[in-house]
Amino acid sequence: MGKMIVEDWGLVDYSDAFKRQKVLVQSVIAGAPDHLILCEHPPVLTLGRMTDPASLLYQREDIEQRGVAIETVDRGGDVTLHAPGQLVIYPIFDLNDQGRDLKVYMQKLEEVAVDLLKNFGILAISISGLRGVFVGEDKIISIGVGVRKWVTYHGLGINVNTDLSLFSLIKPCGLNVRMTSMQKLKGHAIPMKDVKTKIVERFQEHFR
Amino acid sequence: MTPIILPELGEGITKATIACWHAKTGENVAAGQEICEVVTDKASFVIEAPAAGKLKVISINEGQEGLVGGVLGMIE
Repeated sequence: MGKMIVEDWGLVDYSDAFKRQKVLVQSVIAGAPDHLILCEHPPVLTLGRMTDPASLLYQREDIEQRGVAIETVDRGGDVTLHAPGQLVIYPIFDLNDQGRDLKVYMQKLEEVAVDLLKNFGILAISISGLRGVFVGEDKIISIGVGVRKWVTYHGLGINVNTDLSLFSLIKPCGLNVRMTSMQKLKGHAIPMKDVKTKIVERFQEHFR
Repeated sequence: MTPIILPELGEGITKATIACWHAKTGENVAAGQEICEVVTDKASFVIEAPAAGKLKVISINEGQEGLVGGVLGMIE
């Protein structure tokens, strides 16, 4: 892997970010350098192609009334929630340079996530067979990855200061897990810019 | 007939589940067109048509598991 271009898209609609990701995937396939995208999304539930309707615990209208948009996405996986305070990371990486191994890529993402949390004094673990990173039994980071021509898209959702009550709308990733956040674990809000700085460092460490 | 094969996805990954087919049987597809998407436990992977032609057979349906190196469908 050569140079990694880091872009901060700020607060951006999920669907706009998804379109921009697709464009970037095409340019990385065509030879552009790897990109690391940082952003946050207004409240949105994204449903995958295989989403079990039972993962939504309320009627669509009730959810939208709470100011949460619903998007169906052309991807595998189950329902996911994004909201401000959750740092979303989209690595658009060419795995052709890195051995074309999904398992190795996922492991590296989990290592990045665990090391990031360690930087903030939080001891997290990844659990074999389960997506994401956990503190005790609570999920703090969601992971969902897509790959096209061995170029990655989608990525990580890190609950920094996320309003956790929003997760009561869904069973996250179809699991009966409770969600937590860095804010909840530390007892105070965490400056987003500090998390952004650290996550970029951890990516540069693990993907070089 | 050209088989659509589930490629090597990584060390220790022996199977994947079909998340969706982007084409129906009988439909014409172009070589390199995204034809289906598979998921392993933590990632989804887009598979492209290995040749142009008609999607003749879908061997592994949505929600079913295919083996790495195995046939997912046939193009004629």
